Amino acid sequence: MKRLGFLLQKEFRQIVRDRIILVMMFAMPTIQLIIMPMAANFEVKDIRIVVVDNDHSSMTARMFSKIGASGYFHIVGYADSYQHALTYVEREAADVVLEIPVAFERNLVREGRQQVALSIDAINGARASIGGAYLNNIINDFSQSTELDVVRDAHPVAANLPLIQMTYSIWYNAREEYKYYMVPGIFVLLLTLIGGFLTAVNVVKEKEIGTMEQINVTPIRKWEFIAGKLIPFWIIGMIIFTIGLLVAWIIYGIVSVGPLWLLYSFAAVYLVALLGFGLLVSTYSANQVQAMFVAFFFMMIFALMSGLFTAIESMPVWARTISSLIPVTHFVKVVRMVMLKGSTFQDVHMEFIYLIIFALVLNTWAVINYRKTS
Amino acid sequence: MAEQVIICKELTKRFGDFLAVDKISFEVSRGEIFGFLGANGAGKTTAMRILCGLSYPTSGTATVAGFDVYKQQESIKRNIGYMSQKFSLYENLTILENIEFYGGVYGLSRKTIRERSDELITQLGLQQESRKLVGELPLGWKQKLAFSVAIFHRPQIVFLDEPTGGVDPVTRRQFWDMIYAAAAAGITVFVTTHYMDEAEYCNRVTIMVDGRIEALDAPQALKARFQANNMEEVFYQLARGAKRSSD
Repeated sequence: MKRLGFLLQKEFRQIVRDRIILVMMFAMPTIQLIIMPMAANFEVKDIRIVVVDNDHSSMTARMFSKIGASGYFHIVGYADSYQHALTYVEREAADVVLEIPVAFERNLVREGRQQVALSIDAINGARASIGGAYLNNIINDFSQSTELDVVRDAHPVAANLPLIQMTYSIWYNAREEYKYYMVPGIFVLLLTLIGGFLTAVNVVKEKEIGTMEQINVTPIRKWEFIAGKLIPFWIIGMIIFTIGLLVAWIIYGIVSVGPLWLLYSFAAVYLVALLGFGLLVSTYSANQVQAMFVAFFFMMIFALMSGLFTAIESMPVWARTISSLIPVTHFVKVVRMVMLKGSTFQDVHMEFIYLIIFALVLNTWAVINYRKTS
Repeated sequence: MAEQVIICKELTKRFGDFLAVDKISFEVSRGEIFGFLGANGAGKTTAMRILCGLSYPTSGTATVAGFDVYKQQESIKRNIGYMSQKFSLYENLTILENIEFYGGVYGLSRKTIRERSDELITQLGLQQESRKLVGELPLGWKQKLAFSVAIFHRPQIVFLDEPTGGVDPVTRRQFWDMIYAAAAAGITVFVTTHYMDEAEYCNRVTIMVDGRIEALDAPQALKARFQANNMEEVFYQLARGAKRSSD
């Protein structure tokens, strides 16, 4: 136990002396939280539409003003042919071409139905599908209201028939703002980087410079060495988590809806799991390049498969299975649930158990795989 | 006969088809300076790593400070000091901090550490530098410091793996003075080297060729037996037949 004290003292002295890492550790949460939610924005707005109006009726004019008024779209030009409209898209001056056929208004009034053509630039898939869906909604909405007008004019009685309308309201992130989705994700990313990268590289560095062998020839016990590496980075991780929460509050006014102690309990266990992962990587790597490469490989999988930036619900079953085997997945889910929804421990206790299992497995594996004698 | 602190019998280490150490047997007495000579790849470091508890032998037996190399590595580690050819102090810690750390992991109290490090700093004449980072010291100083740290906890045996690699002749001479002082204080010194002049400083030397011990005796006796003027000639006569070429 006394030995652990000396290990910790040494570790903290080294961390404080490594200026770049030290600055990075504290600049990283602040900068990432400031930049990423603003920049990495999947909100779909300002979709540029070019219109080919072959009808030139009052109805099309009303339709365009409705589209323009939605706030998601703005009409960048009126083309006289589809071919001409396409040149906008080719020049990347427009995302969508909306073509209205000849005699649109007349046919709509007479036959009650009429088609319009929507061509969407799908290079950015998310923008295309969400933008397309929005536009569809707007046009449907428009056609319903005109239909009602038409029907009311023709059959005043029928207009009084009950109509079932679906409305929806958005919960937990009421303004559908991306920052509410991103900020909790960035907390997770930060802790993941601290846990996964810093420890792996730190331990492997000792192997590289030869101090590891010196340590192995001393009576330091395996658990003492591992604890001596885990505890400092665990403390740093918790500090960074706290800075993150403060930054989110000061800059975005985001405060956790759920209790803070719950967030901290999860962060504490999650860090132990990820530190175990970092140690495990280090026991398998002979030098810092290997450790970085291996850690980076897993970080990419963690980032892309955990629901940090992508929706797990839309993954195929096999991918969801992989996703559930990643500790990050459970932590991301919990942080979002607690921060945005105000979930209680009762709601997320299964995730807590998962994280404890991850922490135990990864650390035990690392301790077993770390050998003082080969 | 003095007490034997290292006893090796038919000690063997095999890596796949490669016999790194081939049935070596020897004994080292307390307070002795025991030289372990051999070309690169002769198996010196491997043998030493087994004795330090860093590596398991394949067969044979050995005890170090009375403890078994198969089962009691942790007890061995409490009783030995070790200095490898790779410099193994922390460059981003100061001299005092390094001493404190290594003293601490060997279980010395903070008070003992303070007393002994004051003493050591004065001995080495590093009063001015004691709060400087080790990385800023010249190599010769680093090596002397590393040796001092390796014996700081007063081990029974200290293992030195090519401790004077890359060091100038004057510093090497000073380094050997420190080794003599340690031996005089009762610490057994087990040292590998390929500098033949250093071999002359040892009480007894072993010459390893291709994983086997080809000769083991006092330098004087070896020179007489091989009718050589110095250890260099003795070494050439023995190592000429080596099949594993040095690199």
